[in-house]
Amino acid sequence: MSDKTHLSEDEQHLEDLTNADYKYGFVTDIESDSLPPGLDEEVIAAISAKKNEPPFMLEFRLRAFRKWQQMEEPDWAKLKIDPVDYQAISYFSAPKKKDGPKSLDEVDPELLETFEKLGIPLGERERLAGVAVDAVFDSVSVATTFKEKLTELGIIFCPISEAVQNHPELVRKYLGSVVPTGDNFFSALNSAVFSDGSFVYIPKGVRCPMELSTYFRINAQNTGQFERTLIIADEGAQVSYLEGCTAPMRDENQLHAAVVELVALDEAKIKYSTVQNWYPGDKNGKGGIYNFVTKRGLCAGRASRISWTQVETGSAITWKYPGCILKGDDSVGEFYSVALTNNFQQADTGTKMVHIGKNTSSTVISKGISAGQGQNTYRGLVEIHRGAEGARNFSQCDSMLMGDRCGAHTFPYIDVRNPKAKVEHEATTSKISEDQIFFCQQRGIDLEEAVSMIVNGFCKEVMSELPMEFAVEAQKLLGVSLEGSVG
Amino acid sequence: MIKISDLHASIEGREIIRGIDLEVRPGEVHAIMGPNGSGKSTLANVLAGREAYEVTQGSVEFLGKDLLELEPEVRAREGLFLAFQYPVEIPGVSNTYFLRVALNEIRRHQGLDELDALDFLELVRTKVRELHMREDLLERQLNTGFSGGEKKKNEILHMAVLEPKLAILDETDSGLDIDALRIVADGVNALRAENRSFIVVTHYQRLLEYIVPDRVHVLSEGRIVRSGGSDLALELEEKGYGWVQEEQA
Repeated sequence: MSDKTHLSEDEQHLEDLTNADYKYGFVTDIESDSLPPGLDEEVIAAISAKKNEPPFMLEFRLRAFRKWQQMEEPDWAKLKIDPVDYQAISYFSAPKKKDGPKSLDEVDPELLETFEKLGIPLGERERLAGVAVDAVFDSVSVATTFKEKLTELGIIFCPISEAVQNHPELVRKYLGSVVPTGDNFFSALNSAVFSDGSFVYIPKGVRCPMELSTYFRINAQNTGQFERTLIIADEGAQVSYLEGCTAPMRDENQLHAAVVELVALDEAKIKYSTVQNWYPGDKNGKGGIYNFVTKRGLCAGRASRISWTQVETGSAITWKYPGCILKGDDSVGEFYSVALTNNFQQADTGTKMVHIGKNTSSTVISKGISAGQGQNTYRGLVEIHRGAEGARNFSQCDSMLMGDRCGAHTFPYIDVRNPKAKVEHEATTSKISEDQIFFCQQRGIDLEEAVSMIVNGFCKEVMSELPMEFAVEAQKLLGVSLEGSVG
Repeated sequence: MIKISDLHASIEGREIIRGIDLEVRPGEVHAIMGPNGSGKSTLANVLAGREAYEVTQGSVEFLGKDLLELEPEVRAREGLFLAFQYPVEIPGVSNTYFLRVALNEIRRHQGLDELDALDFLELVRTKVRELHMREDLLERQLNTGFSGGEKKKNEILHMAVLEPKLAILDETDSGLDIDALRIVADGVNALRAENRSFIVVTHYQRLLEYIVPDRVHVLSEGRIVRSGGSDLALELEEKGYGWVQEEQA
């Protein structure tokens, strides 16, 4: 694993950052709505200026940029990747003009067929296909009602750029506190140039009464390729957050490098669920998104709990290890993952569970499905620090292969410094068998439904962790993603 | 019901079925007996449409349709059921859910309304009671961790729920103790009806004490070498398969 986690370093780093002299106090006045491709300190200053950010944000970005410049791209142990030209990317562009298709009639029929199969509501289809609509009326009105209710409870749920303006003290305190700017190559890049993302703060003792999702966020469109999310649950608070969407999201940006930070204080609970279905490229492996994400949760408080659930079916390359730093005594970290690769997709994913506090426990359930020539790697780290008396971990990694041209790889790293810790790891590899498929067919179930059923059965422990409505969509998604992979 | 004419089938280029003629009329129960390797299971699998087997010659007419033209799932929806010799495990898929999907596929194909989860549950619980099986069979994952006997019983439950027109039982009696054997046989007997036929593939005569067939056929080296009434099974039990094989030679 290429990134490192040291809390003390993080804290030190934050100190440095906030005390640093502000060297780049110029404001670049830029007329145009987007910046030319390329990245240097001037571009970063321009991004910060365009977003009218307070000085601490510019410092944050520049600090990250300087680290990034000294870093090298991770060594892709199990991934084949074409080099990314970072100077060819435009790092700021205003919301897209309405130059997309005018109506669904102009949208790729194959995409529409997929929406149909997934049961995406009509209004949503237009937005997802990039049809230029002013607003999706249903979701806007729903969102407004929700927003009022959340405000009553003191919950802050807004774009992070808005939080920078309206709640700078919270952003300043927590941004980069879990994923420090120099954590890894992509998080450093994200920290330097991120455009927008979500911000959530749940006050003390408040249990968020609804699932929060980007879907309900006003101005959710075009958060861009460097999304930044920060979620803070104060003492005793609880929240469940849903990210993503089962519909195949098309995007002309090849590189996506998001950062998500979660902070749970004493007895707080955060549940973060993701369904990722970015464009995976065509059947020959052309095109597709590089999805290089850094997600980490800090169980800062006593008896806090952070749970990651992910269903990853999209992207040409997925590289992500949502982790938990279990700092508070009795804190709990969970990771439930399904990663599916078909055709020429590659996924290198897993989790990091870092046990620092006493009696901390973590559970890891990972299900990898490889079809076509897909490559699926589980890479997980369980780290138990010296002081983590009574720490426990259970990991289970199951792989399923479909056909004989795909691959599954498992790399569990276990680093135990406390002699009383209990760490268990189980791993299995199975093949979807002709016998299973024939059995289903003999009972009247066709091939595609059979494959979908067998795969969903294989992933059941993870799917059951997803919020209900998300789970139903995700089940259909697994079936659709595997179409044509057998027979 | 089903008419098999001059059927030849092979696997990986090796001919296993070498010219079978067999007609089963509605309401009849036919037993197919024979020594190991005679082609009994192959015949059952060819009729159900398993891909690994290649039909090289002959025809099969099922309820007026060319059976060999149909995909395996369409054969099932048309009313053909195979109780497997080795039912597979599908982890994570509940037995009840699986059965409901299967039944609704069949009902849709036959122009009937699909059953919702509640109606289905009522139906399947009734069947479990009628078959004297345990209700926890329904809550468990499909055949996962089932004992050999439980798997075979579950096949009978599937058959009772799906109500096929032709049921083929492939060595359903193998590995069953006497109590399980009785439950399986009672299940089959309860389903016997004027418009439903059975092909019971078995190695031993024992099952046929409980399921009394109308006709018994003895298979040897891919051909039916002898046919008769239910007495034939007893004669075989007494004289062994060597008897028909010698006679044939």
